[in-house]
Amino acid sequence: MPEPVQKVTFRGGGFAPVTRRWVGFVVFAVLLILAEWGTRAGVISPLTLPRPSDVLWTFQELYASGLLFKHLLPSLARLAIGAAFGAVAGIGVGLLMGLFSYIRAGLVPLVAAIFPIPKIALLPLFVIWFGIDEGSKYALIAFGTFTPTVVATYAAVDNVDRTLIRMGQSFGLSWLSIVRKIVLPGAMPGILAGLRISLAIAIILLVAAEMLGAEYGIGAYILEAGALYDLERLFAGVVILSVLGVMVSAVIGAVERRVLNWRT
Amino acid sequence: MELRLTGVGHRYGDREVLRGIDLEIPAGQIVCIVGPSGCGKSTLLRMMGGLEQPDTGEIAQIGAVPDGCLNPLTYIFQDFALLPWRSVAGNVSLVLEDHDIAKAEADAMIRDVLARTRLTEFADALSRQLSGGMKQRVAIARALVVKPAVMLMDEPLSALDSQTRELLMDDLIGLWTRTPFTAVYVTHNLAEAVRLGHRIVVLSRRPGEIREVVTLDKPLGARGYGDADLEAQQKHLWEVMRAEAAAADAELLGA
Repeated sequence: MPEPVQKVTFRGGGFAPVTRRWVGFVVFAVLLILAEWGTRAGVISPLTLPRPSDVLWTFQELYASGLLFKHLLPSLARLAIGAAFGAVAGIGVGLLMGLFSYIRAGLVPLVAAIFPIPKIALLPLFVIWFGIDEGSKYALIAFGTFTPTVVATYAAVDNVDRTLIRMGQSFGLSWLSIVRKIVLPGAMPGILAGLRISLAIAIILLVAAEMLGAEYGIGAYILEAGALYDLERLFAGVVILSVLGVMVSAVIGAVERRVLNWRT
Repeated sequence: MELRLTGVGHRYGDREVLRGIDLEIPAGQIVCIVGPSGCGKSTLLRMMGGLEQPDTGEIAQIGAVPDGCLNPLTYIFQDFALLPWRSVAGNVSLVLEDHDIAKAEADAMIRDVLARTRLTEFADALSRQLSGGMKQRVAIARALVVKPAVMLMDEPLSALDSQTRELLMDDLIGLWTRTPFTAVYVTHNLAEAVRLGHRIVVLSRRPGEIREVVTLDKPLGARGYGDADLEAQQKHLWEVMRAEAAAADAELLGA
């Protein structure tokens, strides 16, 4: 009697993420086409959802009238200045907390206490402290960016390989050299991951700040459209925000590829 | 320069790891320290380089530091400890940057040491592109560039496969034969000890004490893979260590 022969079945597939660039675009396109078809066919009433093509037209008008940049440029300036202040201060304080036990012991409870405060609630306070103009908006965005950056940075410093620091000490490197050449680059992956979150929060706060008192800015534009129930313009504003978010994310991705090219 | 240890002992909490170690590291020789796992041999090495402080006893360096030596007590670590964000040359350069050395001179030193460790063509590679053996050669280059008085090697070949280990042992012997250096070499591998050691110190299980010191007179250059006399020495060492290792193993399981 012959021995039974059976092919060994493959069971090792899946659980391995593969980049599929186009899938994201397909999902996006399908949703847009569904909305366009739905609003045209009357399945979706124009009050529920504006027609994507109308939003596009609104956007075109906004661009043609020159109002797009009148709203966009102040917003970008606020975002850049506020987020830069918040991120630089956050990385600085986070590093100090990661390096010095006393500073950490003193500031961890404080950070835990201010992290959950909705920063928008503090806007009136900022208006008193920094004035009704740009100052209070910068402060709000900076403050909102600061806390998540601090937490990400000191956690990242904790995660720096101790054997590398011991190596630096064993070769007699100065304290400053160890921080600059070992701790900071070692913490960079964690800091950049934290910045992704911080900058998304910065965009949210930008809109919130502009809704509460700005003549120009994407937030002001959205607020105005919302007050008039002009859904096309509202959505045009929202699209700008989404694009902004994607762009910020892409910029960080590019920075990561440059700065972290040593990782696989 | 020589190292002298007198009555060195250490405990972690209420667990005594080292007791009464008296040892001299003579200049120009490689002293191997072997012992069962957990006997405190790595702790002892960390103490010799000032990365840890002994509870009792003292460690002294005797004699002047040789000319041009930038870091008298220099480590080579088991896990290489290379900065992954720096190239091979950058990792070597790291340990020169804090010294007052002109750029051109530093570059020449790096070139020279990379040539000696046969890494010249990999100067710009990142550590993730290197094999384990190459990574450890970079670490050796980094240690050589500061012209150490004593090299402190903590199981430098233990993270490598056995073939790479043989190749690197040949490299180390070659480096030593050209310019003899002083080294303390901690390992649990007796084959490495009999190939590289002028003296082999056997530690007992925890708390680590010196059980035996074996002196090998055969020149390093004349030793080879599987030499009969070395095998005999290795066998002897194993007989000394066997009971200790077995007891240490049982202890770890019981702990």
